[in-house]
Amino acid sequence: MTAPTTIYSARRILTMNPSNPEATHVAVRRDRILGAGSLEELVGWGDYTLDDRFTDKVLMPGLVEGHSHATEGSFWRYVYCGYFDRTDPSGKTWPGLRSVDAVVERLQEKNAELGEGEDPISAWGLDPIYFGDVLVSRADLDRVSTTKPIGIRQASGHIMSVNTKALELSGLLRTGIDHPGVPLDTEGLPTGEMKGPDAMELVAAHVGLDRKVMSADEWGFRQFGRLCVRQGVTTAADLANPLPTDAVEMMLRVTGEADFPVRIIPLRRFQGVTPRELIERSRELREMSTDMLRLGRVKIHADGSIQGFTARIRWPGYYNGAPNGLWYATPEQLQEIYELALEHDLLVHTHTNGDEATELMLDMFERALHKVPRPDHRFTLQHCQLADTAQFRRMKKLGVCVNLFSNHTYYWGEQHYAKTVGPERAQRMNACATALREGVPLAIHSDAPVTPLGPFFTAWCAVNRLTPSGRVLGDEEKISVADALRTITIGAAYTMKLDHEIGSIETGKRADFAVLEDDPTAIEEAELKDVRIWGVVQGGRVFSAADI
Amino acid sequence: MTAQTLPVTVIGGYLGAGKTTLINHLLRHADGLRLAVLVNDFGELPIDADLIESRNDNVISITGGCMCCAYGSDLMAALADLDRLEMPPDHLLIEASGVGLPDAIAQSVRLIPRYAIDGIAVLADAETVHKLGKDQYLQDTIERQLDAADVIILNKVDLASDEGLEKTRRWLSGRAPDSRIIEAVSANIPLSVLLGSGMEHVFDEGQGEGHNHDHATHEAAVFTLDRPVEPEMLAKRLAAREVGLVRTKGFVQAPDGGFYTLQTVGRRWSVSEAPSSSALQGRIVCITHRPPIDAEKITLIINSEC
Repeated sequence: MTAPTTIYSARRILTMNPSNPEATHVAVRRDRILGAGSLEELVGWGDYTLDDRFTDKVLMPGLVEGHSHATEGSFWRYVYCGYFDRTDPSGKTWPGLRSVDAVVERLQEKNAELGEGEDPISAWGLDPIYFGDVLVSRADLDRVSTTKPIGIRQASGHIMSVNTKALELSGLLRTGIDHPGVPLDTEGLPTGEMKGPDAMELVAAHVGLDRKVMSADEWGFRQFGRLCVRQGVTTAADLANPLPTDAVEMMLRVTGEADFPVRIIPLRRFQGVTPRELIERSRELREMSTDMLRLGRVKIHADGSIQGFTARIRWPGYYNGAPNGLWYATPEQLQEIYELALEHDLLVHTHTNGDEATELMLDMFERALHKVPRPDHRFTLQHCQLADTAQFRRMKKLGVCVNLFSNHTYYWGEQHYAKTVGPERAQRMNACATALREGVPLAIHSDAPVTPLGPFFTAWCAVNRLTPSGRVLGDEEKISVADALRTITIGAAYTMKLDHEIGSIETGKRADFAVLEDDPTAIEEAELKDVRIWGVVQGGRVFSAADI
Repeated sequence: MTAQTLPVTVIGGYLGAGKTTLINHLLRHADGLRLAVLVNDFGELPIDADLIESRNDNVISITGGCMCCAYGSDLMAALADLDRLEMPPDHLLIEASGVGLPDAIAQSVRLIPRYAIDGIAVLADAETVHKLGKDQYLQDTIERQLDAADVIILNKVDLASDEGLEKTRRWLSGRAPDSRIIEAVSANIPLSVLLGSGMEHVFDEGQGEGHNHDHATHEAAVFTLDRPVEPEMLAKRLAAREVGLVRTKGFVQAPDGGFYTLQTVGRRWSVSEAPSSSALQGRIVCITHRPPIDAEKITLIINSEC
């Protein structure tokens, strides 16, 4: 017996299928699309139920976030202290905090809620650069509590602010400390700002922000699913997970549940193993893949971050004269991983921020590809923020895809302009227009939780290239709304080698839709970030944001 | 260094310079010294099966009380775990990754008061280091690694051509004018040279001015001092490159009457207060690798106004 067919009517369906770009109806059987068109064109599939709940909505392919981290869900365990409004998994929007006092006040509320005791207060999202680069010191946080340890992970992920109690518990409330990540006050004691992974790690466990807890955090993973529904996302990458056995088991179990709303693509991070072990483990993981959990892809970090001055940048280096950044892998390791991955048909995504790191990736990959030719490999550069036109031309020739960090233009564009790379290079950062012009397959991303998950916001960034002060940073690199919408659907799917299954609404593909109240092609470009999202259809299952 | 602190040696160097070989060598020859080794990954670490007592994902326990842990990206957590052991090791070795900066690791280690940096040893492949030092991508990383070294181990000297080796020696000397450069084959460096193990043993054996040649490539000698000295000035002088010492440990009295322990590791020197006068008062043990001890020069330093 044939499974039942549901035909959804909609105000408009933007399919991203070039041969059938628009429709009014889409027919779904089980978890897949029978076809899109008019009702008349679809009735030929046989008996159906007409479902008109989306009659006044606009449907798009389910959005694909090609670079996020499921830890975005876990962070909502903690107090949000960011400068910008941000919506939590339950749909509550936390207003941005515009001063140190406002941050202290929110933490005081949390302290009152917790009552007596010595349990830590953990918080995240703080970005003091918007307060005029002031220091958020332990004295500030001591106004909240001197008995509970307090820690705030800053938005960049590279700094933690803690109170005196936290320093005391970590054995750091003493003079004589000599470490670039632990600035000292006039009395020679730590200020409370802990910079870089080592300094942060020392206090993290004492303030309840231990990273190790996060890779297999089931609660957080479920919250991430809710956030995806709110943003119209039906497939999301968890781009760098060490994927220990317990994390894989948890993810397989949760994504296998009838009501888990998003397909997850976890990439195994190159860390703590040799290239051979990495490839071996990734091949094992690939065999464990399900429709809802796509395992067996690899992520490598080549360098650090631009705003943290740890990215590798070519001559003439950082605009403010800071020394060049750090390599996180050797050229030999990159080449070995690329060769082995090409040999075993594994997809590798490489984190590069600086243009020197991008150059190194291209050099090592070119060598590997000569040794182990493989057409249609889809190896992808992630972030790749500073690539110049010549590098995009090389990507095209080598078949390399790019996933640019468009949200950076908004969140750190002013810093890039003034401090890190200077005006000229800040304008070419995340050069979407150049990528498209040169024919490089393009995706754009949020890197959630570094910036909030939300492909329409990311698309808005790529289309408008505005900073919070209203500066247009790189007018020439703006892309059209139509290109941006392709990029957050079929574009991202292509970089994950899933474009044959998802990313457009057409016969045979997964029944994944973003259900919208507004038509993104019928509003002003400046409003693209404000598209209202009703929810999603994922694998034929309907999830409304209101009920998630 | 007080009795409670744990000496730490950071081992750096680019991929293929011999870090793993050195660690294996040290573990095989620990000879009762309880070594803990933190490595980035277990990788190719070929610890003989009969030496392994137990193994799980992150820790290999080795016969004789040594252990090896993989820290991945989380060095501080590994240091904290190690700090909680009931039976702490005698000496900790931390292997930096191929592109890791050993001085950054040393700085982080110092954040935990229990650990004290004994020294930073950086391996350099005699065949390739000169070329790597000019590499488009790696030049500054290699330079930063070498600049951090108290002791540079120029490894695999047997594989380099005479001409190439001489060139590399000259380049290295110019690159790192203060640090000690010792040459090795298959990272074969005695524990006493790299970690200072058994230095007390030399005190026991050496009566007065004594020499000890228990290894073909290194030499230890005890010098005595019969008057108070400024310990810091003496330590600094003994650490100077032209003296050629890899390690020094001594017990001296300062003109103010206080007792001090002084130590040098390559170019690094340190002085700490000693609890009281010891039987080893006025004794200084010096160790070299390959070049013979220049007893005349050392005697001169010890006897000059410090």
